[in-house]
Amino acid sequence: MSNAAVTAASASPATSPGKSILARLGAAFVSRLVIIIPYVWLLFFFLIPFIIVFKISLSQTAIAMPPYTPVLDFSGGISGFFGQLKQLSIDNYAWLTQDALYFNAYVTSLIIAAISTVLTLLVGYPIAYGMARAPATIRPTLLMLVILPFWTSFLIRVYAWIGILKPEGLLNQLLLATGIISQPLIILNTYTAIFIGIVYSYLPFMVLPLYSSLEKMDYSLIEAAKDLGCPPTSAFWKITFPLSLPGVIAGCLLVFIPAVGEFVIPDLLGGSQTLMIGKTLWNEFFANRDWPVSSAVAVILLLLLTVPIMLFQQAQARAQEQDK
Amino acid sequence: MNATWSRFNITSIVLGFAFLYLPIVLLIVFSFNESKLVTVWGGFSTKWYVSLFHNQGLMDATWVTARVGVISATVATVLGTLAALTLTRYTRFRGRVLFSGMVFAPLVMPEVITGLSLLLLFVAVGLDRGFLTVTLAHITLTMCFVAVVVQSRLISFDRSLEEAAMDLGATPVKTFFQITLPVIMPAIVSGWMLAFTLSLDDLVIASFTSGPGATTLPMKIYSQVRLGVTPEINAACTILIAVVAVGVIIASVANKRREVQRQLDEQAAQRG
Repeated sequence: MSNAAVTAASASPATSPGKSILARLGAAFVSRLVIIIPYVWLLFFFLIPFIIVFKISLSQTAIAMPPYTPVLDFSGGISGFFGQLKQLSIDNYAWLTQDALYFNAYVTSLIIAAISTVLTLLVGYPIAYGMARAPATIRPTLLMLVILPFWTSFLIRVYAWIGILKPEGLLNQLLLATGIISQPLIILNTYTAIFIGIVYSYLPFMVLPLYSSLEKMDYSLIEAAKDLGCPPTSAFWKITFPLSLPGVIAGCLLVFIPAVGEFVIPDLLGGSQTLMIGKTLWNEFFANRDWPVSSAVAVILLLLLTVPIMLFQQAQARAQEQDK
Repeated sequence: MNATWSRFNITSIVLGFAFLYLPIVLLIVFSFNESKLVTVWGGFSTKWYVSLFHNQGLMDATWVTARVGVISATVATVLGTLAALTLTRYTRFRGRVLFSGMVFAPLVMPEVITGLSLLLLFVAVGLDRGFLTVTLAHITLTMCFVAVVVQSRLISFDRSLEEAAMDLGATPVKTFFQITLPVIMPAIVSGWMLAFTLSLDDLVIASFTSGPGATTLPMKIYSQVRLGVTPEINAACTILIAVVAVGVIIASVANKRREVQRQLDEQAAQRG
Protein backbone atom coordinates (compact mmCIF):
# COMPACT_ATOMS: atom_id res chain seq x y z
CA MET A 1 0.00 0.00 0.00
CA SER A 2 1.12 3.56 0.46
CA ASN A 3 4.79 3.72 1.29
CA ALA A 4 4.47 7.45 1.77
CA ALA A 5 2.31 6.75 4.79
CA VAL A 6 4.92 4.43 6.26
CA THR A 7 7.67 7.01 5.93
CA ALA A 8 5.38 9.55 7.53
CA ALA A 9 4.83 7.19 10.43
CA SER A 10 8.50 6.40 10.99
CA ALA A 11 9.30 10.11 10.86
CA SER A 12 7.12 10.74 13.89
CA PRO A 13 9.22 10.31 17.01
CA ALA A 14 8.85 6.98 18.77
CA THR A 15 9.12 8.39 22.24
CA SER A 16 6.94 6.17 24.39
CA PRO A 17 7.28 2.47 23.62
CA GLY A 18 5.63 1.54 26.92
CA LYS A 19 2.20 3.17 26.95
CA SER A 20 1.05 4.69 30.20
CA ILE A 21 -2.09 3.43 31.88
CA LEU A 22 -3.70 6.77 31.24
CA ALA A 23 -3.09 6.54 27.50
CA ARG A 24 -4.50 3.03 27.46
CA LEU A 25 -7.61 4.13 29.31
CA GLY A 26 -7.96 7.00 26.86
CA ALA A 27 -7.70 4.60 23.91
CA ALA A 28 -10.36 2.35 25.41
CA PHE A 29 -12.61 5.36 25.89
CA VAL A 30 -12.08 6.51 22.29
CA SER A 31 -12.80 3.08 20.85
CA ARG A 32 -15.94 2.95 22.97
CA LEU A 33 -17.00 6.30 21.54
CA VAL A 34 -16.47 5.07 17.97
CA ILE A 35 -19.15 2.48 18.62
CA ILE A 36 -21.43 4.48 20.88
CA ILE A 37 -21.93 7.64 18.81
CA PRO A 38 -23.33 6.06 15.63
CA TYR A 39 -25.11 3.40 17.69
CA VAL A 40 -27.01 5.88 19.81
CA TRP A 41 -27.79 8.04 16.79
CA LEU A 42 -29.32 5.12 14.88
CA LEU A 43 -31.19 3.88 17.94
CA PHE A 44 -32.75 7.29 18.44
CA PHE A 45 -33.41 8.24 14.82
CA PHE A 46 -34.06 4.86 13.26
CA LEU A 47 -35.26 2.27 15.76
CA ILE A 48 -37.25 4.36 18.24
CA PRO A 49 -39.26 6.03 15.43
CA PHE A 50 -40.52 2.60 14.36
CA ILE A 51 -41.70 1.92 17.90
CA ILE A 52 -43.53 5.25 17.82
CA VAL A 53 -45.13 4.37 14.47
CA PHE A 54 -46.36 1.12 16.01
CA LYS A 55 -47.67 2.97 19.05
CA ILE A 56 -49.57 5.53 17.00
CA SER A 57 -51.03 2.85 14.76
CA LEU A 58 -52.85 1.69 17.90
CA SER A 59 -54.27 5.09 18.74
CA GLN A 60 -57.34 6.83 17.39
CA THR A 61 -57.77 9.77 15.09
CA ALA A 62 -58.61 13.00 16.87
CA ILE A 63 -59.24 16.50 15.70
CA ALA A 64 -56.24 18.02 17.39
CA MET A 65 -52.59 18.70 16.75
CA PRO A 66 -51.02 16.11 16.58
CA PRO A 67 -54.17 14.47 15.20
CA TYR A 68 -54.35 11.35 17.37
CA THR A 69 -55.33 10.47 20.92
CA PRO A 70 -52.37 10.05 23.26
CA VAL A 71 -51.49 6.44 24.05
CA LEU A 72 -48.78 4.84 26.16
CA ASP A 73 -47.80 8.23 27.48
CA PHE A 74 -45.89 8.40 30.75
CA SER A 75 -47.01 11.94 31.54
CA GLY A 76 -49.88 10.62 33.68
CA GLY A 77 -47.57 8.52 35.85
CA ILE A 78 -47.59 4.73 36.08
CA SER A 79 -51.31 4.50 36.89
CA GLY A 80 -52.14 6.80 34.00
CA PHE A 81 -50.03 4.58 31.78
CA PHE A 82 -51.97 1.47 32.69
CA GLY A 83 -55.23 3.36 32.28
CA GLN A 84 -54.23 4.12 28.73
CA LEU A 85 -53.61 0.46 27.94
CA LYS A 86 -57.37 0.06 27.82
CA GLN A 87 -57.62 2.75 25.17
CA LEU A 88 -55.39 0.89 22.76
CA SER A 89 -57.36 -0.13 19.75
CA ILE A 90 -56.77 -2.26 16.74
CA ASP A 91 -59.49 -0.30 14.93
CA ASN A 92 -57.01 0.97 12.37
CA TYR A 93 -55.94 -2.54 11.45
CA ALA A 94 -59.57 -3.66 11.34
CA TRP A 95 -60.22 -0.71 9.03
CA LEU A 96 -57.44 -1.86 6.71
CA THR A 97 -59.04 -5.28 6.36
CA GLN A 98 -62.54 -3.89 5.83
CA ASP A 99 -61.68 -1.61 2.96
CA ALA A 100 -60.61 -3.61 -0.10
CA LEU A 101 -58.63 -0.57 -1.27
CA TYR A 102 -55.75 -1.29 1.10
CA PHE A 103 -55.59 -5.02 0.37
CA ASN A 104 -55.59 -4.29 -3.37
CA ALA A 105 -52.89 -1.66 -2.94
CA TYR A 106 -50.61 -4.07 -1.05
CA VAL A 107 -51.10 -6.87 -3.58
CA THR A 108 -50.71 -4.55 -6.57
CA SER A 109 -47.52 -3.06 -5.11
CA LEU A 110 -45.98 -6.48 -4.55
CA ILE A 111 -46.92 -7.61 -8.07
CA ILE A 112 -45.67 -4.40 -9.71
CA ALA A 113 -42.42 -4.55 -7.76
CA ALA A 114 -41.92 -8.22 -8.68
CA ILE A 115 -42.58 -7.69 -12.39
CA SER A 116 -40.36 -4.59 -12.47
CA THR A 117 -37.59 -6.48 -10.71
CA VAL A 118 -37.67 -9.23 -13.35
CA LEU A 119 -37.72 -6.61 -16.13
CA THR A 120 -34.80 -4.77 -14.56
CA LEU A 121 -32.87 -8.03 -14.35
CA LEU A 122 -33.59 -8.77 -18.03
CA VAL A 123 -32.42 -5.29 -19.07
CA GLY A 124 -29.53 -5.13 -16.62
CA TYR A 125 -27.98 -8.55 -17.15
CA PRO A 126 -26.80 -8.03 -20.77
CA ILE A 127 -25.39 -4.63 -19.81
CA ALA A 128 -23.51 -5.99 -16.81
CA TYR A 129 -22.29 -8.98 -18.83
CA GLY A 130 -21.09 -6.75 -21.66
CA MET A 131 -19.26 -4.56 -19.17
CA ALA A 132 -17.61 -7.52 -17.48
CA ARG A 133 -16.37 -8.84 -20.83
CA ALA A 134 -15.20 -5.42 -22.03
CA PRO A 135 -11.45 -4.78 -22.41
CA ALA A 136 -10.02 -4.03 -18.96
CA THR A 137 -8.90 -0.58 -20.07
CA ILE A 138 -12.40 0.76 -20.71
CA ARG A 139 -14.12 -1.00 -17.80
CA PRO A 140 -13.63 1.86 -15.30
CA THR A 141 -15.16 4.29 -17.81
CA LEU A 142 -18.17 2.05 -18.36
CA LEU A 143 -18.58 1.68 -14.61
CA MET A 144 -18.45 5.46 -14.22
CA LEU A 145 -21.11 5.84 -16.94
CA VAL A 146 -23.46 3.49 -15.07
CA ILE A 147 -22.95 5.31 -11.79
CA LEU A 148 -23.25 8.83 -13.23
CA PRO A 149 -27.07 8.90 -13.71
CA PHE A 150 -27.27 7.80 -10.08
CA TRP A 151 -25.86 11.21 -9.16
CA THR A 152 -28.60 13.07 -11.00
CA SER A 153 -31.82 13.61 -9.17
CA PHE A 154 -34.28 10.74 -9.03
CA LEU A 155 -37.14 13.23 -9.31
CA ILE A 156 -35.61 14.79 -12.42
CA ARG A 157 -35.12 11.43 -14.10
CA VAL A 158 -38.74 10.47 -13.45
CA TYR A 159 -39.88 13.91 -14.61
CA ALA A 160 -37.95 13.50 -17.87
CA TRP A 161 -40.11 10.50 -18.75
CA ILE A 162 -43.35 12.52 -18.55
CA GLY A 163 -42.26 14.55 -21.59
CA ILE A 164 -41.40 11.36 -23.46
CA LEU A 165 -44.43 9.23 -22.65
CA LYS A 166 -47.36 11.64 -22.73
CA PRO A 167 -49.85 11.40 -25.64
CA GLU A 168 -48.33 14.39 -27.47
CA GLY A 169 -44.89 13.44 -26.15
CA LEU A 170 -41.66 12.66 -27.95
CA LEU A 171 -42.14 8.90 -28.24
CA ASN A 172 -45.55 9.28 -29.86
CA GLN A 173 -44.26 12.03 -32.16
CA LEU A 174 -41.48 9.74 -33.30
CA LEU A 175 -43.73 6.73 -33.81
CA LEU A 176 -46.39 8.80 -35.62
CA ALA A 177 -43.82 10.48 -37.85
CA THR A 178 -42.30 7.16 -38.88
CA GLY A 179 -45.75 5.73 -39.53
CA ILE A 180 -45.40 2.85 -37.09
CA ILE A 181 -48.61 3.87 -35.38
CA SER A 182 -51.55 5.98 -36.55
CA GLN A 183 -53.00 6.77 -33.12
CA PRO A 184 -50.95 8.09 -30.21
CA LEU A 185 -50.25 5.38 -27.65
CA ILE A 186 -51.62 6.01 -24.17
CA ILE A 187 -48.68 5.11 -21.93
CA LEU A 188 -48.56 7.86 -19.33
CA ASN A 189 -50.84 7.23 -16.35
CA THR A 190 -50.83 3.48 -16.88
CA TYR A 191 -49.00 0.62 -15.21
CA THR A 192 -46.72 0.41 -18.26
CA ALA A 193 -45.38 3.86 -17.41
CA ILE A 194 -44.69 2.69 -13.84
CA PHE A 195 -42.74 -0.31 -15.13
CA ILE A 196 -40.67 1.92 -17.41
CA GLY A 197 -40.06 4.36 -14.56
CA ILE A 198 -38.94 1.68 -12.09
CA VAL A 199 -36.69 -0.12 -14.59
CA TYR A 200 -35.10 3.17 -15.59
CA SER A 201 -34.60 4.54 -12.08
CA TYR A 202 -33.35 1.35 -10.47
CA LEU A 203 -31.21 0.01 -13.33
CA PRO A 204 -27.86 1.04 -11.77
CA PHE A 205 -28.81 -0.81 -8.55
CA MET A 206 -29.19 -3.97 -10.61
CA VAL A 207 -26.18 -3.53 -12.92
CA LEU A 208 -23.59 -2.79 -10.21
CA PRO A 209 -23.93 -5.97 -8.10
CA LEU A 210 -24.31 -8.07 -11.27
CA TYR A 211 -21.17 -6.54 -12.73
CA SER A 212 -19.12 -7.11 -9.59
CA SER A 213 -20.02 -10.81 -9.48
CA LEU A 214 -19.59 -11.31 -13.25
CA GLU A 215 -16.25 -9.54 -13.25
CA LYS A 216 -14.84 -11.93 -10.64
CA MET A 217 -15.85 -14.93 -12.73
CA ASP A 218 -13.21 -17.16 -14.28
CA TYR A 219 -13.98 -17.19 -18.01
CA SER A 220 -11.70 -20.10 -18.74
CA LEU A 221 -14.55 -22.22 -17.34
CA ILE A 222 -16.70 -21.16 -20.31
CA GLU A 223 -13.89 -21.88 -22.74
CA ALA A 224 -13.41 -25.31 -21.18
CA ALA A 225 -17.14 -25.98 -21.56
CA LYS A 226 -17.03 -24.89 -25.20
CA ASP A 227 -13.98 -27.05 -25.88
CA LEU A 228 -15.88 -29.99 -24.49
CA GLY A 229 -18.69 -29.31 -26.95
CA CYS A 230 -21.17 -27.46 -24.75
CA PRO A 231 -23.33 -25.03 -26.75
CA PRO A 232 -23.09 -21.36 -25.61
CA THR A 233 -26.66 -21.14 -24.23
CA SER A 234 -26.33 -24.17 -22.01
CA ALA A 235 -22.85 -23.01 -20.95
CA PHE A 236 -24.50 -19.78 -19.86
CA TRP A 237 -27.22 -21.51 -17.84
CA LYS A 238 -24.88 -24.13 -16.37
CA ILE A 239 -21.90 -21.93 -15.54
CA THR A 240 -22.29 -18.17 -15.92
CA PHE A 241 -25.72 -17.74 -14.39
CA PRO A 242 -25.16 -19.90 -11.29
CA LEU A 243 -21.85 -18.15 -10.62
CA SER A 244 -23.48 -14.74 -10.90
CA LEU A 245 -26.30 -15.74 -8.54
CA PRO A 246 -25.04 -13.67 -5.56
CA GLY A 247 -25.13 -10.59 -7.79
CA VAL A 248 -28.58 -11.51 -9.11
CA ILE A 249 -29.93 -11.87 -5.57
CA ALA A 250 -28.36 -8.64 -4.31
CA GLY A 251 -29.55 -6.70 -7.36
CA CYS A 252 -33.09 -8.05 -7.17
CA LEU A 253 -33.41 -7.20 -3.48
CA LEU A 254 -32.01 -3.70 -4.05
CA VAL A 255 -34.71 -3.13 -6.67
CA PHE A 256 -37.63 -5.05 -5.17
CA ILE A 257 -37.69 -3.72 -1.60
CA PRO A 258 -37.73 0.04 -2.33
CA ALA A 259 -39.98 -0.49 -5.38
CA VAL A 260 -42.76 -1.96 -3.21
CA GLY A 261 -43.06 1.27 -1.24
CA GLU A 262 -42.24 3.58 -4.15
CA PHE A 263 -44.14 6.87 -4.15
CA VAL A 264 -42.65 9.26 -6.72
CA ILE A 265 -42.87 6.94 -9.75
CA PRO A 266 -46.51 5.81 -9.33
CA ASP A 267 -47.51 9.35 -8.42
CA LEU A 268 -45.92 11.12 -11.38
CA LEU A 269 -46.09 8.42 -14.07
CA GLY A 270 -48.99 6.27 -12.88
CA GLY A 271 -51.62 8.98 -12.52
CA SER A 272 -54.63 8.74 -10.26
CA GLN A 273 -55.88 5.40 -11.61
CA THR A 274 -53.00 3.26 -10.44
CA LEU A 275 -52.89 1.93 -6.94
CA MET A 276 -49.70 1.45 -4.96
CA ILE A 277 -49.24 1.31 -1.22
CA GLY A 278 -46.62 4.08 -1.00
CA LYS A 279 -49.07 6.44 -2.64
CA THR A 280 -51.90 5.24 -0.42
CA LEU A 281 -49.82 5.93 2.69
CA TRP A 282 -48.92 9.38 1.37
CA ASN A 283 -52.56 10.24 0.65
CA GLU A 284 -53.72 8.92 4.03
CA PHE A 285 -51.17 11.19 5.66
CA PHE A 286 -51.19 14.36 3.57
CA ALA A 287 -54.72 14.41 2.09
CA ASN A 288 -56.79 12.69 4.78
CA ARG A 289 -54.55 13.75 7.69
CA ASP A 290 -55.19 10.36 9.25
CA TRP A 291 -51.95 9.69 11.09
CA PRO A 292 -53.04 6.51 12.91
CA VAL A 293 -54.23 4.81 9.72
CA SER A 294 -51.12 5.79 7.79
CA SER A 295 -49.05 4.39 10.68
CA ALA A 296 -50.96 1.12 10.46
CA VAL A 297 -50.34 1.05 6.69
CA ALA A 298 -46.62 1.56 7.38
CA VAL A 299 -46.51 -1.22 10.02
CA ILE A 300 -48.10 -3.76 7.65
CA LEU A 301 -45.79 -2.69 4.82
CA LEU A 302 -42.80 -3.11 7.10
CA LEU A 303 -43.99 -6.59 8.13
CA LEU A 304 -44.38 -7.56 4.47
CA LEU A 305 -40.83 -6.40 3.78
CA THR A 306 -39.23 -7.97 6.87
CA VAL A 307 -38.21 -11.17 5.11
CA PRO A 308 -36.70 -9.48 2.00
CA ILE A 309 -34.88 -6.95 4.22
CA MET A 310 -33.39 -9.74 6.36
CA LEU A 311 -32.31 -11.59 3.20
CA PHE A 312 -30.67 -8.37 2.02
CA GLN A 313 -28.76 -7.98 5.27
CA GLN A 314 -27.57 -11.56 5.11
CA ALA A 315 -26.41 -11.04 1.53
CA GLN A 316 -24.56 -7.89 2.64
CA ALA A 317 -22.90 -9.70 5.53
CA ARG A 318 -21.87 -12.59 3.27
CA ALA A 319 -20.40 -10.22 0.67
CA GLN A 320 -18.46 -8.55 3.48
CA GLU A 321 -17.04 -11.87 4.64
CA GLN A 322 -15.96 -12.76 1.10
CA ASP A 323 -14.19 -9.43 0.61
CA LYS A 324 -12.05 -9.94 3.69
CA MET B 1 -10.51 -11.03 -23.48
CA ASN B 2 -10.93 -8.77 -26.51
CA ALA B 3 -11.93 -11.58 -28.81
CA THR B 4 -14.83 -12.54 -26.57
CA TRP B 5 -16.24 -9.03 -26.48
CA SER B 6 -18.79 -9.93 -29.10
CA ARG B 7 -21.13 -7.79 -31.16
CA PHE B 8 -23.91 -8.81 -28.78
CA ASN B 9 -22.01 -7.39 -25.81
CA ILE B 10 -21.34 -4.12 -27.57
CA THR B 11 -24.94 -3.77 -28.73
CA SER B 12 -26.35 -4.37 -25.27
CA ILE B 13 -24.01 -1.80 -23.76
CA VAL B 14 -24.81 0.82 -26.39
CA LEU B 15 -28.57 0.27 -26.04
CA GLY B 16 -28.30 0.24 -22.26
CA PHE B 17 -26.45 3.53 -22.13
CA ALA B 18 -28.82 5.09 -24.68
CA PHE B 19 -31.69 4.10 -22.39
CA LEU B 20 -29.91 5.59 -19.37
CA TYR B 21 -28.88 8.85 -20.98
CA LEU B 22 -31.45 9.74 -23.64
CA PRO B 23 -34.15 11.01 -21.24
CA ILE B 24 -31.65 13.26 -19.48
CA VAL B 25 -30.29 14.60 -22.79
CA LEU B 26 -33.82 15.36 -24.03
CA LEU B 27 -34.63 17.12 -20.78
CA ILE B 28 -31.58 19.36 -21.15
CA VAL B 29 -32.28 20.08 -24.83
CA PHE B 30 -35.85 21.17 -24.15
CA SER B 31 -34.79 23.53 -21.37
CA PHE B 32 -33.43 25.72 -24.21
CA ASN B 33 -36.72 25.62 -26.08
CA GLU B 34 -38.27 28.92 -27.17
CA SER B 35 -41.78 27.43 -27.13
CA LYS B 36 -43.69 27.02 -23.91
CA LEU B 37 -44.52 23.46 -24.94
CA VAL B 38 -41.92 21.11 -23.61
CA THR B 39 -42.25 18.67 -26.47
CA VAL B 40 -42.35 20.88 -29.56
CA TRP B 41 -39.14 22.55 -30.63
CA GLY B 42 -39.65 26.27 -31.25
CA GLY B 43 -36.08 27.53 -31.54
CA PHE B 44 -33.19 28.17 -29.16
CA SER B 45 -33.73 30.39 -26.15
CA THR B 46 -32.36 30.91 -22.67
CA LYS B 47 -35.40 32.80 -21.46
CA TRP B 48 -36.44 30.05 -19.05
CA TYR B 49 -33.15 30.40 -17.21
CA VAL B 50 -33.77 34.14 -16.88
CA SER B 51 -37.29 33.64 -15.55
CA LEU B 52 -35.90 30.99 -13.19
CA PHE B 53 -33.65 33.51 -11.51
CA HIS B 54 -36.60 35.83 -11.02
CA ASN B 55 -38.62 33.10 -9.33
CA GLN B 56 -38.09 34.03 -5.67
CA GLY B 57 -39.76 30.89 -4.28
CA LEU B 58 -37.47 28.66 -6.29
CA MET B 59 -34.35 30.60 -5.30
CA ASP B 60 -35.30 30.41 -1.60
CA ALA B 61 -35.85 26.67 -1.92
CA THR B 62 -32.45 26.28 -3.61
CA TRP B 63 -30.76 28.07 -0.72
CA VAL B 64 -32.52 25.90 1.88
CA THR B 65 -31.58 22.74 -0.05
CA ALA B 66 -27.94 23.74 -0.35
CA ARG B 67 -27.64 24.45 3.38
CA VAL B 68 -29.43 21.24 4.38
CA GLY B 69 -27.22 19.32 1.94
CA VAL B 70 -23.89 20.68 3.17
CA ILE B 71 -24.69 20.40 6.88
CA SER B 72 -26.29 16.96 6.70
CA ALA B 73 -23.61 15.53 4.39
CA THR B 74 -20.84 16.75 6.70
CA VAL B 75 -22.37 15.34 9.89
CA ALA B 76 -23.38 12.15 8.07
CA THR B 77 -19.82 11.66 6.83
CA VAL B 78 -18.45 11.80 10.37
CA LEU B 79 -21.13 9.47 11.74
CA GLY B 80 -20.97 7.16 8.74
CA THR B 81 -17.19 6.85 8.98
CA LEU B 82 -17.50 5.97 12.68
CA ALA B 83 -20.16 3.40 11.80
CA ALA B 84 -17.91 1.93 9.10
CA LEU B 85 -15.02 1.68 11.59
CA THR B 86 -17.32 -0.03 14.06
CA LEU B 87 -18.50 -2.52 11.45
CA THR B 88 -15.03 -3.46 10.22
CA ARG B 89 -12.93 -3.15 13.38
CA TYR B 90 -15.14 -4.29 16.22
CA THR B 91 -16.37 -7.71 15.24
CA ARG B 92 -17.52 -8.62 18.70
CA PHE B 93 -19.60 -6.40 20.93
CA ARG B 94 -23.05 -6.67 22.41
CA GLY B 95 -25.72 -5.67 19.90
CA ARG B 96 -23.54 -5.91 16.81
CA VAL B 97 -26.25 -7.69 14.82
CA LEU B 98 -28.72 -4.94 15.69
CA PHE B 99 -26.14 -2.31 14.75
CA SER B 100 -25.37 -3.73 11.32
CA GLY B 101 -29.09 -4.16 10.78
CA MET B 102 -29.67 -0.49 11.55
CA VAL B 103 -26.91 0.49 9.11
CA PHE B 104 -28.09 -1.65 6.20
CA ALA B 105 -31.88 -1.42 6.57
CA PRO B 106 -32.20 2.31 5.70
CA LEU B 107 -30.51 1.60 2.34
CA VAL B 108 -33.56 -0.29 1.10
CA MET B 109 -36.29 0.97 3.44
CA PRO B 110 -39.13 2.57 1.46
CA GLU B 111 -38.85 6.31 1.95
CA VAL B 112 -42.49 6.73 2.98
CA ILE B 113 -41.84 4.56 6.05
CA THR B 114 -38.63 6.37 7.04
CA GLY B 115 -40.28 9.75 6.49
CA LEU B 116 -43.40 8.95 8.49
CA SER B 117 -41.48 7.38 11.37
CA LEU B 118 -39.08 10.33 11.67
CA LEU B 119 -41.95 12.79 11.57
CA LEU B 120 -43.74 10.95 14.39
CA LEU B 121 -40.51 10.99 16.40
CA PHE B 122 -40.13 14.75 15.99
CA VAL B 123 -43.76 15.28 17.01
CA ALA B 124 -43.31 12.97 20.01
CA VAL B 125 -40.30 14.89 21.32
CA GLY B 126 -41.96 18.22 20.55
CA LEU B 127 -39.51 19.43 17.93
CA ASP B 128 -41.04 21.97 15.54
CA ARG B 129 -40.81 20.86 11.94
CA GLY B 130 -38.47 22.94 9.85
CA PHE B 131 -34.85 23.28 8.79
CA LEU B 132 -33.47 21.34 11.78
CA THR B 133 -35.78 18.35 11.39
CA VAL B 134 -35.08 17.95 7.66
CA THR B 135 -31.35 18.11 8.38
CA LEU B 136 -31.58 15.49 11.14
CA ALA B 137 -33.64 13.22 8.89
CA HIS B 138 -31.15 13.52 6.05
CA ILE B 139 -28.21 12.82 8.35
CA THR B 140 -29.88 9.59 9.47
CA LEU B 141 -30.58 8.42 5.94
CA THR B 142 -27.29 9.40 4.33
CA MET B 143 -24.91 8.26 7.11
CA CYS B 144 -25.79 4.67 6.21
CA PHE B 145 -24.75 5.22 2.59
CA VAL B 146 -21.49 6.83 3.76
CA ALA B 147 -20.91 3.86 6.08
CA VAL B 148 -21.23 1.39 3.19
CA VAL B 149 -18.88 3.38 0.93
CA VAL B 150 -16.21 3.86 3.60
CA GLN B 151 -16.56 0.31 4.86
CA SER B 152 -15.76 -1.15 1.43
CA ARG B 153 -12.48 0.81 1.50
CA LEU B 154 -11.68 -0.20 5.08
CA ILE B 155 -12.10 -3.90 4.27
CA SER B 156 -9.24 -3.80 1.77
CA PHE B 157 -7.13 -1.63 4.08
CA ASP B 158 -3.73 -3.02 5.03
CA ARG B 159 -3.85 -3.18 8.84
CA SER B 160 -0.09 -3.76 9.09
CA LEU B 161 0.42 -0.05 8.38
CA GLU B 162 -1.45 0.80 11.57
CA GLU B 163 0.37 -1.88 13.52
CA ALA B 164 3.68 -0.45 12.32
CA ALA B 165 2.70 3.01 13.48
CA MET B 166 1.56 1.74 16.88
CA ASP B 167 4.75 -0.32 17.30
CA LEU B 168 6.63 2.87 16.68
CA GLY B 169 4.76 4.45 19.58
CA ALA B 170 1.92 6.35 17.95
CA THR B 171 -1.28 6.44 19.99
CA PRO B 172 -4.39 4.89 18.37
CA VAL B 173 -5.87 8.35 17.84
CA LYS B 174 -2.67 9.63 16.25
CA THR B 175 -2.44 6.49 14.12
CA PHE B 176 -5.97 7.05 12.94
CA PHE B 177 -5.38 10.64 11.88
CA GLN B 178 -1.91 10.09 10.36
CA ILE B 179 -2.29 6.68 8.72
CA THR B 180 -5.86 5.46 8.43
CA LEU B 181 -7.59 8.72 7.54
CA PRO B 182 -5.31 9.70 4.63
CA VAL B 183 -5.64 6.24 3.10
CA ILE B 184 -9.43 6.09 3.31
CA MET B 185 -9.83 9.77 2.38
CA PRO B 186 -10.99 9.14 -1.24
CA ALA B 187 -13.79 6.92 0.10
CA ILE B 188 -14.73 9.57 2.65
CA VAL B 189 -14.86 12.24 -0.07
CA SER B 190 -17.06 10.13 -2.31
CA GLY B 191 -19.18 9.28 0.72
CA TRP B 192 -19.67 13.00 1.38
CA MET B 193 -20.62 13.62 -2.23
CA LEU B 194 -23.07 10.73 -2.25
CA ALA B 195 -24.63 12.04 0.98
CA PHE B 196 -24.86 15.54 -0.48
CA THR B 197 -26.55 14.44 -3.70
CA LEU B 198 -28.94 12.15 -1.83
CA SER B 199 -29.95 15.06 0.36
CA LEU B 200 -30.26 17.34 -2.67
CA ASP B 201 -32.49 14.77 -4.30
CA ASP B 202 -34.81 13.71 -1.54
CA LEU B 203 -38.48 14.53 -1.91
CA VAL B 204 -40.36 12.05 0.24
CA ILE B 205 -38.50 12.28 3.54
CA ALA B 206 -38.22 16.06 3.24
CA SER B 207 -41.97 16.37 2.60
CA PHE B 208 -42.72 14.50 5.82
CA THR B 209 -40.17 16.17 8.05
CA SER B 210 -40.06 19.73 6.79
CA GLY B 211 -42.28 22.54 7.94
CA PRO B 212 -43.19 26.05 6.87
CA GLY B 213 -40.20 28.10 5.78
CA ALA B 214 -38.06 25.07 4.99
CA THR B 215 -39.35 24.06 1.56
CA THR B 216 -36.59 22.25 -0.30
CA LEU B 217 -35.97 22.38 -4.05
CA PRO B 218 -37.34 18.87 -4.78
CA MET B 219 -40.52 19.79 -2.88
CA LYS B 220 -40.83 22.93 -4.97
CA ILE B 221 -40.14 21.09 -8.23
CA TYR B 222 -42.61 18.38 -7.28
CA SER B 223 -45.41 20.87 -6.58
CA GLN B 224 -44.76 22.57 -9.93
CA VAL B 225 -44.60 19.27 -11.84
CA ARG B 226 -48.04 18.44 -10.47
CA LEU B 227 -49.36 21.62 -12.09
CA GLY B 228 -47.80 20.74 -15.43
CA VAL B 229 -44.55 20.25 -17.27
CA THR B 230 -42.88 23.57 -18.12
CA PRO B 231 -39.51 24.51 -19.64
CA GLU B 232 -38.75 26.41 -16.43
CA ILE B 233 -38.59 23.14 -14.49
CA ASN B 234 -36.42 21.70 -17.26
CA ALA B 235 -34.08 24.68 -16.76
CA ALA B 236 -34.00 24.16 -12.99
CA CYS B 237 -33.25 20.46 -13.51
CA THR B 238 -30.51 21.25 -16.04
CA ILE B 239 -28.77 23.55 -13.55
CA LEU B 240 -28.97 20.85 -10.86
CA ILE B 241 -27.51 18.27 -13.26
CA ALA B 242 -24.73 20.69 -14.25
CA VAL B 243 -23.81 21.38 -10.62
CA VAL B 244 -23.62 17.67 -9.81
CA ALA B 245 -21.75 16.84 -13.03
CA VAL B 246 -19.12 19.52 -12.35
CA GLY B 247 -18.74 18.21 -8.79
CA VAL B 248 -18.32 14.63 -9.94
CA ILE B 249 -15.81 15.59 -12.63
CA ILE B 250 -13.71 17.68 -10.22
CA ALA B 251 -13.74 14.86 -7.68
CA SER B 252 -12.71 12.22 -10.18
CA VAL B 253 -9.93 14.39 -11.64
CA ALA B 254 -8.63 15.09 -8.13
CA ASN B 255 -8.82 11.40 -7.37
CA LYS B 256 -6.88 10.53 -10.50
CA ARG B 257 -4.18 13.07 -9.65
CA ARG B 258 -3.82 11.71 -6.15
CA GLU B 259 -3.57 8.21 -7.57
CA VAL B 260 -0.81 9.24 -9.99
CA GLN B 261 1.01 11.09 -7.20
CA ARG B 262 0.76 8.01 -4.98
CA GLN B 263 2.22 5.80 -7.68
CA LEU B 264 5.07 8.26 -8.18
CA ASP B 265 5.70 8.27 -4.41
CA GLU B 266 5.72 4.51 -4.35
CA GLN B 267 8.18 4.30 -7.21
CA ALA B 268 10.40 6.89 -5.52
CA ALA B 269 10.24 4.95 -2.26
CA GLN B 270 11.16 1.70 -3.98
CA ARG B 271 14.15 3.30 -5.62
CA GLY B 272 15.02 4.30 -2.07
